[in-house]
Amino acid sequence: MTRQQVLDQYFMDARHKLIDLAAFLDRVDRSEGDADFRLAAFRTALKHLAEKKPHRAKRVLLSFSDPTTKPLAKATVKGATGAWPGMK
Amino acid sequence: MRYIEPHGHMVSRTTDDYQDMVTAGCAAVCEPAFWAGFDRSSVDGFHDYFCQLTDYEPKRAAKFGLPHFSWLCINPKESEDVTLATDVIGLIPKFLDRPNVLGIGEIGLNKNSRNEMKVLEAHVDLAARHDQLILVHTPHLEDKLKGTRLILDVLRGDKRIRPERCIIDHVEEHTIQLVLDAGFWAGMTLYPESKCSPARAVDMLDLYSHERIWMNSACDWGVSIPLAVPRTALEMKRRGWPADLIDKVIYRNPIQFLSQCPKFKLP
Ligand SMILES: [Zn+2]
Repeated sequence: MTRQQVLDQYFMDARHKLIDLAAFLDRVDRSEGDADFRLAAFRTALKHLAEKKPHRAKRVLLSFSDPTTKPLAKATVKGATGAWPGMK
Repeated sequence: MRYIEPHGHMVSRTTDDYQDMVTAGCAAVCEPAFWAGFDRSSVDGFHDYFCQLTDYEPKRAAKFGLPHFSWLCINPKESEDVTLATDVIGLIPKFLDRPNVLGIGEIGLNKNSRNEMKVLEAHVDLAARHDQLILVHTPHLEDKLKGTRLILDVLRGDKRIRPERCIIDHVEEHTIQLVLDAGFWAGMTLYPESKCSPARAVDMLDLYSHERIWMNSACDWGVSIPLAVPRTALEMKRRGWPADLIDKVIYRNPIQFLSQCPKFKLP
């Protein structure tokens, strides 16, 4: 596909998602109380969007991922939160 | 259009979904054993579920002219209880000869715990002893990268396992290369909220490979779209993919993998 074709096909969808993201961040700012680790992870992931390098989707996913390699002693929950609490 | 749904949890779907899938060109559906959304209280619950997957559901699908195949296991979300898992794994061999059973799946990891690893290794051993294909579920979200690495270590650590007979499902941009480089098949799951969108799936096909890869909707009791595979075919078409390449990815690729089990035959 040419760059023009990509824009024609995906710009409106991406624009819509970008505004939704902006509104989400505004909503978070308007709310009260402390945020858990997910907000920091989200802000870190956002930085990858502005980078002018390929594989942004991969880097966003990696930034949310548990980078450790040892199995957990026990599974105490079934679900996942979407971000790794150990990320600094 | 013709396509295979290689991973759909049809016990969670209505007959309307069967009608829609067949209308859209679905030529076969394959159903891995999975978590019911609640923990089953005993091995008997799994016995009944395996009967449903190997007897009742194929009959329901047949009413719509759709061949139905299944995979058996205890899923990773119920694998923390190793005693229960051992009992369930003991139950599986007597179902392996059923005509629609393709292999062991979807096994894998959920929270990447030691017990889940033990149960994964027991499933891999079961598959190796009975010469079965393997379908692997990789964990969700932040646990996927670590889980995929651990799963690849387990599979590569068992010298009886041939990578071309295993599919690692739910790959995303950060795990697809690990899976393909190790010689395994990769599955992309098309979910509206997590896992992968049609646009991202087609990006990955463009970036990584058209070989050793399939797409599925995994349609289950959660937010999911039974027609996700044909909708992704539409996405390919909009990007100018030739019809033959679309057919390869959504029809011939899954057939190539699944036909390694002699029971996988289309009418
Ligand atoms: Zn599944």
